[in-house]
Amino acid sequence: MDKNKLFKIGKPASYIINVAAILLVWLIMQSLISGGLINSYYQGILLVIGINIILATSLNLAVGFLGEMALGHAGFMSVGAYSAALLAKNAAALGFGGLPKTSLFFISLIFGGLVASIFGILVGIPALRLHGDYLAIITLGFGEIIRVIIENMKITGGARGLNRIPKLATPNTVYIVTVVTVIILYMIIRSRHGRAIMSVRDDEIAAESLGIPSTYFKVLAFAISAFFAGVAGGIYAQYIGILGAKVFDYNKSIEILVTVVLGGMGSFTGSILAAIFLTILPEALREFASYRMVLYSAALVIIMIFKPTGLLGTYEFSLTRLIEKIVNSVKHNKDNGTQSKKETDRK
Amino acid sequence: MGFIKQLLNGLQLGSIYALIAIGYTMVYGIVQLINFAHGDIIMVGGYICIMLIPILAQFGIPAWISVFGAVVLCAILGVLIEIVAYKPLRNSPRMSALITAIGVSLFLENLFMLLFSPDPRNVPQMFNVTMPSIGGFNLSFPTLITIIVSVLIMIGLQVFIKKTKIGKAMRAVSEDTDTARLMGVNVNATISITFAIGSGLAAVATVLYASAYPQIDPLMGSFIGIKAFIAAVLGGIGLIPGAMVGGIVLGVAESLAKAYISSQLADAVVYGILIIVLLVKPSGILGKNRSEKV
Repeated sequence: MDKNKLFKIGKPASYIINVAAILLVWLIMQSLISGGLINSYYQGILLVIGINIILATSLNLAVGFLGEMALGHAGFMSVGAYSAALLAKNAAALGFGGLPKTSLFFISLIFGGLVASIFGILVGIPALRLHGDYLAIITLGFGEIIRVIIENMKITGGARGLNRIPKLATPNTVYIVTVVTVIILYMIIRSRHGRAIMSVRDDEIAAESLGIPSTYFKVLAFAISAFFAGVAGGIYAQYIGILGAKVFDYNKSIEILVTVVLGGMGSFTGSILAAIFLTILPEALREFASYRMVLYSAALVIIMIFKPTGLLGTYEFSLTRLIEKIVNSVKHNKDNGTQSKKETDRK
Repeated sequence: MGFIKQLLNGLQLGSIYALIAIGYTMVYGIVQLINFAHGDIIMVGGYICIMLIPILAQFGIPAWISVFGAVVLCAILGVLIEIVAYKPLRNSPRMSALITAIGVSLFLENLFMLLFSPDPRNVPQMFNVTMPSIGGFNLSFPTLITIIVSVLIMIGLQVFIKKTKIGKAMRAVSEDTDTARLMGVNVNATISITFAIGSGLAAVATVLYASAYPQIDPLMGSFIGIKAFIAAVLGGIGLIPGAMVGGIVLGVAESLAKAYISSQLADAVVYGILIIVLLVKPSGILGKNRSEKV
């Protein structure tokens, strides 16, 4: 067999494989829930993992791929959370009363995301005038302003918070939203737009000179990032049932940023793994809760010193590539005798 | 009368912000890094004071003497943070350095929460002086001393930066690190001195802050620090006079917003001012617009 004829999976097959894998994970989750192995406590953790994956991957778009320091992600999350919660709560009054719960859930998430993305554009437009560190501060400022305003508005329940939000989030729907989010973000990054976003990160001036409108792509990436933060907020609101603006402060933004940085700036795989890991770890180590943040922060500094791009860097896991690799190595072992002979011949 | 009182309160708060903002601005000017841990040095200074004051009291020494201990220990802490966390990252991307600074800030906050519990602690009275009231107007001693000390420090610092050899070295390094090194400036030592001065000023600010608001907790540094940083950006980052102007503007604005708008919305007003100034003049009130080098 010729060495050049390596086993390769075509595009349609690769889609089928990925869809199959997504369905398989869902089936496993479903059977574990119906089998009683995943009780309501674990279901809650699964929901939070989904929320954190959406938050981390969406922030990664702004921080990792666009290369702008954004410290106001929790602000967008809160905007989405309140918008989605208010829509779900007043569904009957708005004429959505007759809708089934699942579609109401999705509609409220999209609404929350859209409102958050409007705020993302509002923050993104000043961003076109400012660079790096200033953007960090301006996003931080916006996050805090949003929090203070929410605390002082009547419709959001003020400082007392918003309660009796319908709890519409279920493991199934959150799984769907999480998967769709990751797929959309991944597709954006692989598209022309994604390459333009990354070129702005790598060298803004060079990108400009090649005709890439850096401002447009900055605002676009910001708006998309904010959209999914809003979606995550919407899920959070409809999972917890009570909202208070205090939850979405500067520390929440930092927490999401830590997840992104730990996983790798520029790796969705890294964000997903870090989100799963950092959600489970505190639950598993409840008795060490007070040491947790000390260890987190020390780990953050150490990772930055020794591996500034995060644990996975820009590596993306691909199931198709893994299968190709396994098949090829099996083939390679099978043909090892003839293969190595040919190699020596060639030399 | 009420307005003048609010204005004085604003000046007091503004002077404290200005002292802290100087630390941010000096570090930013020299290594281009937002030292997020700077705010937490204020908090550490507060805890140092709390521990020193009872010891001093045993010897009958007034509480404000603790400022000297706080200045020395905070300066050492500042230099230590620079050497351990920032020095290895001096040539890496800005983002990594910024995240490291956030990491150091989180580390200090959580370490002190672990050591001293998250509950706020009361600080003993710093100054035992009652001021005579002039014409029914009562100026508090902490307000007066804060404004005087800040003005003296800022004048001293300006002279130090303009006239001394170390000050010249600092200006040279912030202008162009590599050229300064070629001219025989010890860059590492200069950066360390910058961190030491900034952290020492933060410790002075702690004592002045504690004389007005006698309560400290492990998270106090993050919100005072962010406001002081905003003050530095507002005035024009990298400029010491800018930090002073920004600090005073911010302090007065916050104080007046608290008095005449709403105490809850004061923070929103502060951030709003920042955003407006940055949109109109991205380099800050006193900053010069620099064209970008390709």
